[in-house]
Amino acid sequence: MTFLNLDHISANPLLPEVKDAMIDAIQNEYHNPSSQHQAGEYAAELLEDARQKTAQLLGAQDAKEIVFTSCGTESVNHAIKGVALANREKGQHIITSNIEHNAVHRSLKRLSSQGFKVTSLPVDEGGRVDPKDVRDAITDETILVSIMHSNNETGTIQPIEEIGKIVKDNHILFHTDAVDSVGIVPLNVQDLHADLLSFASNTMYGPHGVGGLYVRRGTRIFPLLDGGTQENSKRAGTENLIGIIGHGKAAELALNSMDSRQEHLSNLKELLLSELPNYIDEYIINTNLDHSLPYMVNISLKYIEGESVMLMLSEEDVMVSTKSACATGSLRASHVLLSLGLSHADAQGTLVISFGPENTEDDVYRFLRALKNIVDSLRAMSPLYKKTHQTTAQE
Amino acid sequence: MYNQVVMDHFKNPRNVGEMDSPDGVGEVGNPLCGDMMHIYVKVKDDKIDEIKFQTFGCGSAIAVSSMLTEMAKGKTLEEAKQLSNQDIADALEGLPKNKMHCSNLGADALHQAIQDYENRRDGVTLKEQEPQRKETHEHAEGEKCYCPYCDVEIQEEVPTFCHACQSDLGEDH
Repeated sequence: MTFLNLDHISANPLLPEVKDAMIDAIQNEYHNPSSQHQAGEYAAELLEDARQKTAQLLGAQDAKEIVFTSCGTESVNHAIKGVALANREKGQHIITSNIEHNAVHRSLKRLSSQGFKVTSLPVDEGGRVDPKDVRDAITDETILVSIMHSNNETGTIQPIEEIGKIVKDNHILFHTDAVDSVGIVPLNVQDLHADLLSFASNTMYGPHGVGGLYVRRGTRIFPLLDGGTQENSKRAGTENLIGIIGHGKAAELALNSMDSRQEHLSNLKELLLSELPNYIDEYIINTNLDHSLPYMVNISLKYIEGESVMLMLSEEDVMVSTKSACATGSLRASHVLLSLGLSHADAQGTLVISFGPENTEDDVYRFLRALKNIVDSLRAMSPLYKKTHQTTAQE
Repeated sequence: MYNQVVMDHFKNPRNVGEMDSPDGVGEVGNPLCGDMMHIYVKVKDDKIDEIKFQTFGCGSAIAVSSMLTEMAKGKTLEEAKQLSNQDIADALEGLPKNKMHCSNLGADALHQAIQDYENRRDGVTLKEQEPQRKETHEHAEGEKCYCPYCDVEIQEEVPTFCHACQSDLGEDH
């Protein structure tokens, strides 16, 4: 199968060096890092090596501040629920934004049902939270602010440094969900003033099944999983060592090749954006291009629905993602896109195109050619297209 | 996600497009619920002689429209009035459960087109008619509602919460 993957937000390939490291780990049958004998100690060294590389990537002062988890979602759940429950006597108010990933959104919903109060901030037309709104929302009861670093549907990057500074100055804990950023864009927990930061290895071309949470030393947090003393007693359960070894390699490569990685991805994104008007008309770019991830673009194609475009592209072996209500299973338009002020019809015609290391300029053209034919045939079928164009003609 | 019959009608939709001077037009749905369907008919000797559709919507909405036009063509008006959304879903050999009441509006659109034809024939003016467009879709009586997150049937009369997966379904569901 020669699928063209333009849906890297859902799955990135493993880099060859990551694959090699993992295959090697499988063949060596490393022991349990918690065991006290030699074999265990060797496994622990490998685990700590991956932790060290991750700490370097994030600019953490101490590798002990890195907690490995099973995915970005677990990291987010741990950060939010762990901080909320450990700091409950200080207050029960949490601040977030309207465009968070469901991991944040639903964790907070769960806490609301347990008595916590949540203030959810709107975003401007550019899809960004105004740091002033964060300052205004802070009360004596506020114990945590959680705002994402980059959005998983639009790729828009939030002003996290400014927000982090405000939160820090108010002596409140700050978590940022940086799952779609870490390993692709340079960031540093000190500059961001983050006490907690969630990441996932697959974003940096490491394996699915490995995520992590940066927890600044001294942060009061309960574990999500109780049991053994793994991960400095912050996350019980025997570590996924094969995955973590692969992740360590991915973190090392991310650190060493951040510039070339960014350049490759943003070149493809620029090419797509500059060529798009030569293939289709009447679309909306929902990504804030001044502040966005280099690898993704969110486009609303007017008068047509995203799931049908995605399925037709899939028939052409081109994989993209859509956030139309019909495709997500929720049957409601994306809360992120509606927050940007998009109409329901425009929010329905949304495609997310996300590039990865293996993509080439030819891939961009292959996608555009396929997209043009599909958009033409679906618009010919669309009553909305007909209506709008008849009205325009009459005017 | 979709079976082969649905995919075939989605990829190669039958009778798609606008119709010049139709005898009746039916329009249902709106972009809020994800789908919009227009059905055009020409009637000859009390039979559906020609039928075409235009649809804004997901794969199943397009497949439903296409299958509906195939099923309605050549039928007498009385026969066509008997066609139900379930008949179309059955002919498509099933639709995903959570799409049953969202994209399966085909029969409603057809019935409106027939009503429109009969109104024009009988000289009923638009003012005397019920509103042409059905702007919201309500659960038809006896129709089951499924949680869009976990597919379990919702028992509540006004489904706002799925007890199986603890998901809030919102009031607009």
